[in-house]
Amino acid sequence: MITKTKVAIVGAGPSGLRAAAELAPALKGGVLVLDREAAPGGIPRHCHHPGYGIRDLHRFMTGPKYARLLSDRARQAGADIVTHAMVTGWTGAGALCVTSPEGRYEVAADAVILATGARERPRSARRIPGDRPAGVYTTGQLQNLVYLHHRPERSRAVIVGGELVSWSAVLTLRHAGCRPVLMTTQYAASEAYRLFTVAGGIGLRVPVAPRTKVVRVIGHGRVTGVEVEDLQTGQRRVVECDTVVFTGDWIPDHELARSAGIALDPATLGPSVDTRLRTDRDGVFAIGNLVHPVDTADCAALDGAHVAEPVLGYLRGERTSGTPVPLVAGDAFAWVSPTRCVPGDVAPARGFVLAWPTEVRKRPTIVARQGGSEIGRVTTSYPVAPGRVYRIPWTLLAAVNPAGGTVTIDLVR
Amino acid sequence: MRYDVVVIGAGLIGSAIARELAGCHLSVGLVDGRSDVGDGTSKANTAILHTGYDASPGTLESRLVAEGYHRLGEYAAQTGIPVERTGALLVAWTDEEQAALPGLADKARANGYQATAIVDAAAVYEAAPHLGPGARGGLSVPGESIICTWSTTIALATDAVQRGATLHLDTQVQGLTRTGEGWTLDTTAGPLRTRWLINAAGLGGDTLDAQAGYDRFHLHPRRGELLVFDKLAREKVPLIVLPVPSKLGKGVLVSPTIYGNVMVGPTAEDMTDRADTATTEAGFDFLLGKGAALVPDLMAEEVTAAYAGLRAAHDQTDYLIEADADRTYLLAGCIRSTGLTSCLAVAAHVSDLLAGAGLDVTPRDDLPDPPRLPNLGEAGRRPYQDDALIRRDPAYGEVVCFCERVTRGEIRDACQSTVPARTLGGLRRRTRATNGRCQGFFCGAAVETLLANERSQA
Repeated sequence: MITKTKVAIVGAGPSGLRAAAELAPALKGGVLVLDREAAPGGIPRHCHHPGYGIRDLHRFMTGPKYARLLSDRARQAGADIVTHAMVTGWTGAGALCVTSPEGRYEVAADAVILATGARERPRSARRIPGDRPAGVYTTGQLQNLVYLHHRPERSRAVIVGGELVSWSAVLTLRHAGCRPVLMTTQYAASEAYRLFTVAGGIGLRVPVAPRTKVVRVIGHGRVTGVEVEDLQTGQRRVVECDTVVFTGDWIPDHELARSAGIALDPATLGPSVDTRLRTDRDGVFAIGNLVHPVDTADCAALDGAHVAEPVLGYLRGERTSGTPVPLVAGDAFAWVSPTRCVPGDVAPARGFVLAWPTEVRKRPTIVARQGGSEIGRVTTSYPVAPGRVYRIPWTLLAAVNPAGGTVTIDLVR
Repeated sequence: MRYDVVVIGAGLIGSAIARELAGCHLSVGLVDGRSDVGDGTSKANTAILHTGYDASPGTLESRLVAEGYHRLGEYAAQTGIPVERTGALLVAWTDEEQAALPGLADKARANGYQATAIVDAAAVYEAAPHLGPGARGGLSVPGESIICTWSTTIALATDAVQRGATLHLDTQVQGLTRTGEGWTLDTTAGPLRTRWLINAAGLGGDTLDAQAGYDRFHLHPRRGELLVFDKLAREKVPLIVLPVPSKLGKGVLVSPTIYGNVMVGPTAEDMTDRADTATTEAGFDFLLGKGAALVPDLMAEEVTAAYAGLRAAHDQTDYLIEADADRTYLLAGCIRSTGLTSCLAVAAHVSDLLAGAGLDVTPRDDLPDPPRLPNLGEAGRRPYQDDALIRRDPAYGEVVCFCERVTRGEIRDACQSTVPARTLGGLRRRTRATNGRCQGFFCGAAVETLLANERSQA
């Protein structure tokens, strides 16, 4: 069975739902959103703390409410949202293969938007040895357990990672009556911590161990502790706990993109995209945390708003010419996004290049270099700090030379 | 009641023996201290169906592995245990290793395996294009295959139960008493009586043997750590890549897994603690180093899982399978990792020994068909791909574990089967649920809830 649609969106998280809401009115329906979960909404479905909808909806609400609102808006706009529908691969002709309780079917779309999001690296992918007891989670699994499945947790938790999401894990643990006894982070977290307005604003007090890492998980049956190493002294100590949450360290859910042979960016590990969020495959776009792992939900949603015009242009038959210039991160960033741009083409979503910092600066100056020469420089009034996306004004790249080769974006030290 | 035979240890060997004897006019009990079959050494081996090309010629192990290879291959086809006939390549990286290849080919022939071939470096890279630089040549062993070790134990135990054997899980044997013409077992679930006692206790085999009054072998645990890489790495390792064995052991192999991943391992670390299956920093570093040398491209891929298994290392040079007719006791001991391949041949051999000791092992003529297992193999068709199946039962279209593509229907079936999943580990081994790259980020909570609901109904 083949279902035809103008636009197929894979993933009903914030970015996919917002893209659907933007596109459906212009396409008189013709927008099919496929999601493998039981309900649309993506990650915010199980983040029961407030903080959603600020930049896109100019409101302040909890994750589940935000997820419902985005779903309702997409449906009201005329998009068809199908849940329990897992895209498992592609046909040779580029259609999507779907498994659902109704059976197996193919979706042939004029344009495909990949919005499959990102996941946290589990303990095994972080290559942390030790026993394999129960009680070791990622934030995603913990929040699923606590909020969607209402399963009780224990009393003492160690949180691995000092990213924005780590504080989300703290809130979830508190909600479940579990005390966060330590947060470990490889960064000089005390500085970053002060810069986290969200953490400061809600008065979270968690002992933070900066410049440390968990090197071993201990426990038979249930976890009883973790071994923590001080990265400066090399000293190790055991911290007792019955819950360990591995937070952040995101990796895009890029398998569908990779199985289509779409080029990935080696730094983000998501599809390489330009300022129109086009992948290197004609008619396939990629948005949200699949391409920048990870930004906040509202900013992912704004990718969905941004991609609408390029998709509509594509459907109208517009094709832009021009050789893209690769954008790469310098030492101060783990990645930048988008990962290429055609000089003179549209600005990226919200007019920002996104970057994932590895250093802390209160008033950072960012420099762009092409072929060894500086081509732009901006200073922002807001800080740069590890654990959350830093936004670089697009004006940095106003002088990119179409023939000048790779542009490197870095912090001025 | 008193059993005719009690088999202690519901791993591969014990389950195969119980299945064999339950096919005769015998009452059989299968006893294990754990909550599931195959939960000890059997669950964490390298899952290779061996031709037996590298056994010591003339040994019992050589004969039983060669015989078991064919028996298990046929049984797998009947029951749906997934097997992929990938073949293996021993790769020589030094002149010394290259010089050892003809001897290995001779040894294979002495073991009755004729199909090896010495190949040059070009052929090595044609067979394994992602192999790291420096290979001098190799020995191809086309019959070596990958298999699902979990499905194998579950099939054998299910078959045993369907043939009438009684499975006693969570039943630790604490003592043995010779009573009359048989044995009384003091277990954590109460006493069990039997005429014949069969020791297939794996890593606990020497302790049990001593309790039965013997002193003939000693085991110690040898820890083997393994790294499992993401499915996206699978195309980089199309067949089993083996090192040339040295005095230090068989070494580290890189192999595709039946679930579509790539495995690097094992380490070999002699231990004293028979329960320590922790992974270690040294193990990680060692395996990552080996992996980087063998298949450099592998390092760009994510590690999906790391685990450690304990093999039963011993002071013998061969399997130790002996029946004592006077004391109605049989030991199936010192069976190392080749036991996966040889298990059905070991069971047949045990049956022969028991017949020689006077037990009637005439096969029954009313045997049920062997069980048909759900396919866990990535190469075969899985329920999520089966449109007709989903239309008959939509539960097979509801994917719960996204990474491994396990459906609600499969999880339900695993919890309601003859030898049902009772723990998350048991469910993982029957369905692959939560074994994938996210390790439960998306589905862990849903899978646990489904299991809890099924268990409360059971």
